[in-house]
Amino acid sequence: MRENASQVLSILEKYGKSQSSLMQILREIQEMEGCIGPDAIDLVCEGLNLPRTKIVGTASFYSFFCLEPRGRYRILFSDNITDRMLGSEALLERMCGKLWLEKGKVSEDSLASVDTTSCTGMCDQGPAILVNNIAITRLDEARVDDICELVRSEVPLDKWPSAFFHVEDNIRRSDVLLSAQGAALEAALEKGSGAILDEIGASGLRGRGGAGFSTAQKWDACRNAQDPEKYVVCNADEGEPGTFKDRVLLTRQAERVFEGMTICAHAVGAKKGMLYLRGEYRYLLENLESTLRKMRLENRLGRRILGRNFDFDIEIHLGAGAYICGEESALIESLEGKRGTPRNRPPFPVTNGYLDHPTVVNNVETFCAAALIVQQGGKWYSTIGTEKSSGTKLLSVSGDCSHPGIYEYPFGVTVRRVLEDCGAQDPRAVQVSGPSGTMISDAEFDRKIAFEDLPTAGAFMVFGQNRDMFEVARNFVHFFAHESCGFCTPCRVGTSLLGNLMDKMHNGHGSTYDFEEIRKLNGILQSMSHCGLGHSACNPVLDAMKKFMPDYEKRLLHKNFTPAFDLDWALQAARQMTGRDDRAAHIERGAQ
Amino acid sequence: MKSFLLDGERISFEEGETILQAAIRAGKYIPHLCFHPEFRPHGSCKLCTVKIAGRQSASCTRLAAEGLEVESETAELNAERLLLTQMLFVEGNHFCPSCEKSGDCQLQATAYHLGMTSAHFDHFYPNRPVDASHPEYLLDFNRCILCSLCVRASRDVDNKNVFALAGRGIATHLVVNARSGKLGDTDFAATDKAASVCPVGVILKKGKGFSVPIGSRTFDKKEIGEWVDTRLKERT
Ligand SMILES: Cc1cc2nc3c(=O)[nH]c(=O)nc-3n(C[C@H](O)[C@H](O)[C@H](O)COP(=O)(O)O)c2cc1C
Ligand code: SF4
Ligand code: SF4
Ligand code: FES
Repeated sequence: MRENASQVLSILEKYGKSQSSLMQILREIQEMEGCIGPDAIDLVCEGLNLPRTKIVGTASFYSFFCLEPRGRYRILFSDNITDRMLGSEALLERMCGKLWLEKGKVSEDSLASVDTTSCTGMCDQGPAILVNNIAITRLDEARVDDICELVRSEVPLDKWPSAFFHVEDNIRRSDVLLSAQGAALEAALEKGSGAILDEIGASGLRGRGGAGFSTAQKWDACRNAQDPEKYVVCNADEGEPGTFKDRVLLTRQAERVFEGMTICAHAVGAKKGMLYLRGEYRYLLENLESTLRKMRLENRLGRRILGRNFDFDIEIHLGAGAYICGEESALIESLEGKRGTPRNRPPFPVTNGYLDHPTVVNNVETFCAAALIVQQGGKWYSTIGTEKSSGTKLLSVSGDCSHPGIYEYPFGVTVRRVLEDCGAQDPRAVQVSGPSGTMISDAEFDRKIAFEDLPTAGAFMVFGQNRDMFEVARNFVHFFAHESCGFCTPCRVGTSLLGNLMDKMHNGHGSTYDFEEIRKLNGILQSMSHCGLGHSACNPVLDAMKKFMPDYEKRLLHKNFTPAFDLDWALQAARQMTGRDDRAAHIERGAQ
Repeated sequence: MKSFLLDGERISFEEGETILQAAIRAGKYIPHLCFHPEFRPHGSCKLCTVKIAGRQSASCTRLAAEGLEVESETAELNAERLLLTQMLFVEGNHFCPSCEKSGDCQLQATAYHLGMTSAHFDHFYPNRPVDASHPEYLLDFNRCILCSLCVRASRDVDNKNVFALAGRGIATHLVVNARSGKLGDTDFAATDKAASVCPVGVILKKGKGFSVPIGSRTFDKKEIGEWVDTRLKERT
């Protein structure tokens, strides 16, 4: 450690020893040392003048930070249902076998660890993994074997074949947003801030991050807030399993995203912007930074932008594996270097956001659309889509279809049309907007993608006839339990209880009594939870119960009686310890 | 003075007061665990949830406003509060008969108040080792309900930051401010506010076990609803 102390100090210097940069400081330390050890924490405590409890509290909140070594190669398998459908579980087992290690544990020579992580946003090219937080796509047996070889011979990650790291954009259908050309900023500054707001208002633009709040109202409220120090934040946390459209926008249209933020800053009177990039997209950081440098060189960011009395610049802040940081107030806490716990609201970010200053938080796609609107006119934009949902929407299509990828449609498109276009054969169900969205069956394929019918943040996961929707729901419930921030009782405990119930049914120990329990838990999650994560955590379970009941029923042990526990199951640990699995080591079901 | 209705009764409030604060001042009990009159509200346990215009809302963080109609003592809300209390019981390891805090514990008293007769859910039985490193105090994490009162007391009153919440989700836990992770290596002192604020039996004084016999403790003598009432009356 001692020789690294000076490097830790230079990281602290680089971030001006600012407490709100804690996350970035921790990330750089980990990238250098593999983990955030006690000596490094000592230095950070001293450098930032923060108590150890704060640093440990923050670091231990995020899945990607390790306070203990996790091996020189830390491999995380994306565990979304779409990865599983592509065979990720067997590939994980194969890798563990080849590397002689147990899932979740570090190998004895400290070489590697293999574990799972929430969806990494590569559903159109899974199964996907992260190696030391860098994305690798399209895993198959051969690729697993190659990776094991590279790990065993300790080839540094930057010497691995570049094909492993290749991420396709997979744009399958473009409409006005994806095919937009030219710059928007010049036109916007020409118009002035009042006219920008008018255009956004006329367009009817609603947030693309899920909640669908009016963008004009949000910008207006921030602009009218008394405090002159304002911030613009772009939400690129994109954590909803099955969503990857922001990844593609940040690859293809980064400049337009930054233009959108700059236009917003001009409209509301902000000088500083921040892009909150999910840790899973770490591989995009260098390109995004270079786009920002280019824009600064062209005087489209920085001081006196395009010769006007307008200063604005953007910083990129990387997340570290926490879905809850997509919730805007948790995101702001994270930007401040804290645990990502959603705040009490009101007050809302537009008046009390980053460091308690008025802050606009918008989704990546919202900023892109705003740039397009200012360029082409709000009125024009409002004619696209439906009356209540103007414009277009990017869908991230994955699952059982021949052409997974990004599809842009005007709002109002039917599920059936999307299914036809993506080559879904005989689909059984679609999960619209991810686990917190809606699970629909084939009876509902004529429903429309729109705020007034099926609102969506973009995920569109297709399930074929052979898929078990109970297993889909169980995967989603575990996702919520894993990602619950733990702040409030109903969600912290309730999501785990729900996960246990689903596991109990999965293991064949369920009974109809458990449905009552699920309804009870749902009631309390919905009414008592502190934020949207808890509110929607039961959705997939209830949707699947409503629409795919046979998938549950086939697992019920007794239809109306719950055995408190299964004697044979209880002997499992003893069998494992003694290495026995003969008949005498079992208690037959009938004999109980 | 401005006022709102709590279960049909008029409660007056001062500007900036929350519903729970105003209710307590008026001698009304709304169940709560993470709220303490001397600290900024946290809003995490959700026991204090009430219903306003058909929607549930935590009364410890919700500002009182003129004319609100607030429901609290309803069968529905108390059933939900009971479930939350049961969740807290199964999340930790609460063996009340062997706990020094039994009879003085707000979690236990709340459970009695809500008529809890069983834990209802399956127990998690988490593995949470006890920290006995401090000469005068013991930390029995088995009973922590993550209310963060010790965190707030140490930070806001003692200016020490001895305690903090760490981890995430069901793995959320309390940590102390020492490289060793042991209370004995922190600057925690018996005179700290944080030493006396825990509503359950985590932060315990050593060497005074069962000096008040079970049967004559705080909540043996008084139902929690009345107790909170008197604690506040003493303050004002
Ligand atoms: C649990 C949770 C996760 C969320 N994740 C995201 C996300 O990854 N990206 C996003 O843009 N919005 C997310 N949101 C919504 C944000 O809170 C917020 O509404 C949005 O960023 C506002 O931008 P918009 O108006 O442009 O949609 C999430 C909300 C919740 C409750
Ligand atoms: S609902 Fe879940 S994620 Fe939201 S604050 Fe509560 S514990 Fe955290
Ligand atoms: S130790 Fe006590 S006061 Fe501190 S968080 Fe746990 S229950 Fe609350
Ligand atoms: S007392 Fe209000 S949430 Fe705990």
